[in-house]
Amino acid sequence: MAAAPQQKVSPVDGFLEIEKLSKAYQAAKPVFADVSFTLERGEFVCIIGHSGCGKTTILNVLAGLDIATSGNVFMDGREVAGPSLERGVVFQSHALMPWLTVRQNIAFAVKSRWPDRPKVEVQALVEKFVAMVGLSHAIDKKPSQLSGGMKQRVGIARAFSISPKMLLLDEPFGALDALTRGTIQDELMSIVRQTQQTVFMITHDVDEAILLADRILLMSNGSETATGYVPGGIAEVVVNPLPRERTRAGLHHLDGYYELRNHIVDFLVTRAVAH
Amino acid sequence: MSTSRNLNLRAALVSLLLLAVLVGVWQLAASSPAIGGAAGNVSAEELEYLKMMGKDPGATKSTGFPSPWAVAQVSWSHLADPFYDRGPNDKGIAVQLAYSLGRVGLGFALACLVAIPLGFGIGMSPLLRKSFDPFVQLLKPISPLAWMPLALYTLKDSDVSGIFVIFICSVWPMLVNTAFGVASVKRDWLNVASTLEVSPLRKAFLVILPAAAPTILTGMRISMGIAWLVIVAAEMLVGGTGIGYFVWNEWNNLSLTNVIFAILVIGVVGMLLDLAFGQLQKAVTYVE
Repeated sequence: MAAAPQQKVSPVDGFLEIEKLSKAYQAAKPVFADVSFTLERGEFVCIIGHSGCGKTTILNVLAGLDIATSGNVFMDGREVAGPSLERGVVFQSHALMPWLTVRQNIAFAVKSRWPDRPKVEVQALVEKFVAMVGLSHAIDKKPSQLSGGMKQRVGIARAFSISPKMLLLDEPFGALDALTRGTIQDELMSIVRQTQQTVFMITHDVDEAILLADRILLMSNGSETATGYVPGGIAEVVVNPLPRERTRAGLHHLDGYYELRNHIVDFLVTRAVAH
Repeated sequence: MSTSRNLNLRAALVSLLLLAVLVGVWQLAASSPAIGGAAGNVSAEELEYLKMMGKDPGATKSTGFPSPWAVAQVSWSHLADPFYDRGPNDKGIAVQLAYSLGRVGLGFALACLVAIPLGFGIGMSPLLRKSFDPFVQLLKPISPLAWMPLALYTLKDSDVSGIFVIFICSVWPMLVNTAFGVASVKRDWLNVASTLEVSPLRKAFLVILPAAAPTILTGMRISMGIAWLVIVAAEMLVGGTGIGYFVWNEWNNLSLTNVIFAILVIGVVGMLLDLAFGQLQKAVTYVE
């Protein structure tokens, strides 16, 4: 008789362990394969790569919303086997419920996390997190009455409001204009620095990655080569050498900024294989 | 703002004009004398025979179609005393309407109880969707009145059969719309619910129901419209009470005036029902 399935134990001791992850829609041509990396507690990691390389799939697997073809994910020593309140997700398209106000949207998350909290405490928490993203004045508005940047901020507040062990952000600023994007990047950075949150984020924006991330994962697309099909994967891990206390305004004056930026752009242009 | 008010005002004026033209044409058509039989040289006996047959050549004949004024007078008399009940064939218009609305309400409510939960299931489960689809496709196009004999035979009660016919005609649009609305809830909202580990029941009521509510209400509105169409025909068939029976009864009385009055009442009530559902629909609609 087979033994009862046991909780797999992470062999390494990073906070988040990703082991030999792969995803294949056609068995012979996996989108990506052999993706392994770790995140330390409190670390901010960005993943950058062209469309179609499987970034969002990786993030969805980490969130528990998608299932990898092979490989394992462990968080805090336990296998990730489905969506969980321990991982907050900020979606690309904010994903707020349009029939609820900002207050109700966040209260929905808070009540899901702590179903037995008294109403007063729930409201206090909601107000705290709305204030954190600077939207107290719009707390009773519906998402349709907010600008794109404000909606995305509510999405961030909602993800933080459940006090998750880690945060997953799927290109959260992709649809915003440059000015708004800058402001929210600053906000996100200060909140993350305060809360010591562990973050995994997808981005297309090289400067955004350099500003926010401690480490940047460069991902290549799967491609046909002379020797056959090569699946996508993590081609390189770049450690951000810039001082952690950096600002958007001062970023380009820092030593090493241009080398780092050129390195990443070169990768995207020459090595990542765009589709 | 002022232009839209201006437009409304002009539209109202045109509507009034149309009404005036309509009533005018009706008045003219109703008052024009019908062409009587040519009165030739007939003997006294022949004349008497013609009179007995209702073909009096001397009499001025009308079309028998009531004038607008006659309809207005009759309408007023019905509306002035809507609640009387003097036996099976003589009830006030409000009483008749109450019977019809009661049947529609009951059949419709039963249809809601069946169609909305079932539609939820069909919308959530591809297996249920595929297995129910042939039945829905086959049963949906059947005229509800075709069920009437079967209903009368099995239910053995004309009242209950009427309610059943309303039920069967209301159920399909609601079922199809609910299933569609539930199946097309945005993936993102369901993902949010999953990452928040929301229980299935809470997800159904707090995420899927509000997300699908506009579509579900569209189905209910269509169902209510069909139910109101069908109740008149159903009551003509089964008789007894209701606005449909009233129309049939007045046709048997050859009182076109009353028939026209009933037609107008059916129209007004149908419009009010639709308006009510329009308001409900507005209340649950959200802007993305």
